[in-house]
Amino acid sequence: MVRSPGHAFTLPAGLLVEPEPFDEDAIEEPAPAPRSRPRSLAEAARRARTGTPAGERTLPVSPALADLLFDGLRRGSTVGVAGPGARSLALALIAEATATGSWAAVVGDPDLGLAAAAEAGVALARLAVVDLSGPTASRQWGAVVAALVGGLDLVLVAPRRQVRAVDARRLAARARERGSVLIRIGGASWPDRPDLELALAGATWEGPEDGYGRLRCRRVEVVATGRGRNARERRAVLLLPDVRGVPALP
Amino acid sequence: MSTPFDSVPRTLVVRCPDWPLTALGVVPGEPALVLAAGRVAAASKAARAAGVVRGQRRREAQGRCPEVAVLERDEATEARRFEPVVAALEDVTPWVEVSRPGTCAFGVRGPLRLLGGEAALLVRTAEVVGAALDAAVGPTHPGCRLGIADGRFTADLAARAAGVAAAGAVVVPVGGSPAFLAPQPVGVLGRPDLADVLVRLGLATLGAFAALSAADVVGRFGAEGRAAHRLAAGLDGTPPQVRRPPPDLAVAVDLDPPVDRIDRVAFAARSLAEQLHDDLRGRGLACTRVVVEAETEHGERLACCWRDEGVLGASALADRVRWQLEGWLHGPPAVRPTAGLVRLTLLPDEVVPATGRQAGFWGGASAADERAARALARVVGLLGEGSVRLPEWRGGRDPADQLVLVPLTGGVGEVGRVDAPPADAPPWPGVLPPPSPAAVHADPVPAELLDARGRPVRVDGRGVLSAAPVALRVGGREGRAAGKAHVVAWAGPWPVDERWWDPRRHRRRVRLQVVADDGMARLLVLEAGCWRVAATYD
Repeated sequence: MVRSPGHAFTLPAGLLVEPEPFDEDAIEEPAPAPRSRPRSLAEAARRARTGTPAGERTLPVSPALADLLFDGLRRGSTVGVAGPGARSLALALIAEATATGSWAAVVGDPDLGLAAAAEAGVALARLAVVDLSGPTASRQWGAVVAALVGGLDLVLVAPRRQVRAVDARRLAARARERGSVLIRIGGASWPDRPDLELALAGATWEGPEDGYGRLRCRRVEVVATGRGRNARERRAVLLLPDVRGVPALP
Repeated sequence: MSTPFDSVPRTLVVRCPDWPLTALGVVPGEPALVLAAGRVAAASKAARAAGVVRGQRRREAQGRCPEVAVLERDEATEARRFEPVVAALEDVTPWVEVSRPGTCAFGVRGPLRLLGGEAALLVRTAEVVGAALDAAVGPTHPGCRLGIADGRFTADLAARAAGVAAAGAVVVPVGGSPAFLAPQPVGVLGRPDLADVLVRLGLATLGAFAALSAADVVGRFGAEGRAAHRLAAGLDGTPPQVRRPPPDLAVAVDLDPPVDRIDRVAFAARSLAEQLHDDLRGRGLACTRVVVEAETEHGERLACCWRDEGVLGASALADRVRWQLEGWLHGPPAVRPTAGLVRLTLLPDEVVPATGRQAGFWGGASAADERAARALARVVGLLGEGSVRLPEWRGGRDPADQLVLVPLTGGVGEVGRVDAPPADAPPWPGVLPPPSPAAVHADPVPAELLDARGRPVRVDGRGVLSAAPVALRVGGREGRAAGKAHVVAWAGPWPVDERWWDPRRHRRRVRLQVVADDGMARLLVLEAGCWRVAATYD
């Protein structure tokens, strides 16, 4: 506070209980967290985008997955991810969209590796993890996922038990209506087939030998099938993750 | 002669310093802080002297000042303890506006006639507030600070200056607001984003900001900038087109049966506040002052006026109604109604045209952020506090330590949450290099690692394996043993000896990456003689 030309009016001594008061306004606000500097012009331009407009039909995906997914995740669709490495693939799917301003939520998967998410390119500033361990949580599963599908572009769901057909239909309809993408981790719990099904097979890890080296990358084949334009099966071999933790083409 | 300041009513502001602490009965000299959503909301003088500042995390604050008493913020208590002060001020003036627990204001024109002069008014107000505080929080309270000036904003700053000047009260003479405000930093406007831009433009004080032409300010900063510019010039923030609202804007709810419990009435109050907000928005209006009125079964009428410098949003409105009800229903017997409430009315007393909000262009909250915030708030409503969590970077050697989940508290764009290591941060020694495991188990599963002869693999004190691992058996969740898998490849072991100087938090363990013939790679950790699967490279 700056000394200013107001008249200080001293109250009679009996009314001044504490002559040197404490005042919350002497506390200053902390400086905002420093943002890391963009490494390239393309990255700076990407950060300046504040969200994929809802009018756009697809959410962007990383270049490694672009061929497999016809250049993006179609808004309003459901995607199923299954097989060894499902979590890595799910993170790879949401990475680019979160980096360009979309929000993502993970429901019912408290084990999801956040360090792996960060390495895959997921913007952790726009990732929420919903804990379903509370006593009433299992009954409210449908309402929780529906609320998230209504407000967030990407919702990752890993159900613990079999999903009822009525819930699955309602969630898919809501995703279609709101233009969100519902990503199901672990296909067995769902009564119906998603619009796009990604299965992982033949994973081999490279790097460690008997005691030497470290895990460097995993080579895995992704098989995409589904409905509509996804009906024709497509395959791609990916490094998921590569040595930096990023999904990449070999 | 008329001046632009004639329209600004002369106002007295009463501030009870550090009310969040005072309300909880903290004595001024003792080090204490109040936490809201995991961050320091207020700290006592002794704590601030040790380096505790607002917005710090609990751990950081305790590091600066280890003997500090940590209290959780309790807005209900704050409201409850402040209600007698407001009630007592009715001896001075019938029309007191509360802006939040701990701060209230009233126009001085009426009481001045009664008491004869501003000096007498200040003494009378301090006496009344002092006596009310004695009764409400006991004799250890730090008193109050008073400020009189043209307009509420200036009076508020004068009351703050009174705390610094240790005089108890500051009076800004009639027409003296611009001179009083000129040297103040732009941060006091309470609009951090605007203040940030102004400082970068070289306008560090309110005087420099007020010297700009109003047309330029509106052109560059819009309606919000205009309000701030008016405040900086010593005028009221709300432009003169404030109108008396038509009476049908009041919303009311009848409570049948009569309610005397805060939880039940708070629920009605919340939906009432939302209804009022939506009604106003439908007419293109926003509310800056609202009167909360309640009627009891015995025909008593309680009313209190709440005001904010900005416009009151739906949740701000709901908060104020809840605080008010808390003050009435749980306050001391003098203010408590004698029967249950039968009717609750919200009367928007002062409305301004809603100027809307411009979504952020460079950074700031985007439309997607706001949509997400609403959806996540809904999930918190369904599952309870702490059910929605966001990642925060902490740093560490193991995947589980590097990023942790913190409960969603304020908003999604919460300031200060760090989700990535700073660009210039040195690497953690002993950290596992990327790729990181995509599944980090909250409770690691016990496992057995066997060598070629079926004996458990051990690690000696020098970090050397007793034999090459050949088979891996991962225990099931309920003690159900899963099948045995062959080890295809492995790497490590990498020993870690952490915090060896602290016997309670000392951790010594060995990490090993193992690829089994099921195609999965796992991170095994040997600690206290037991192998566990800490993470899976899913």
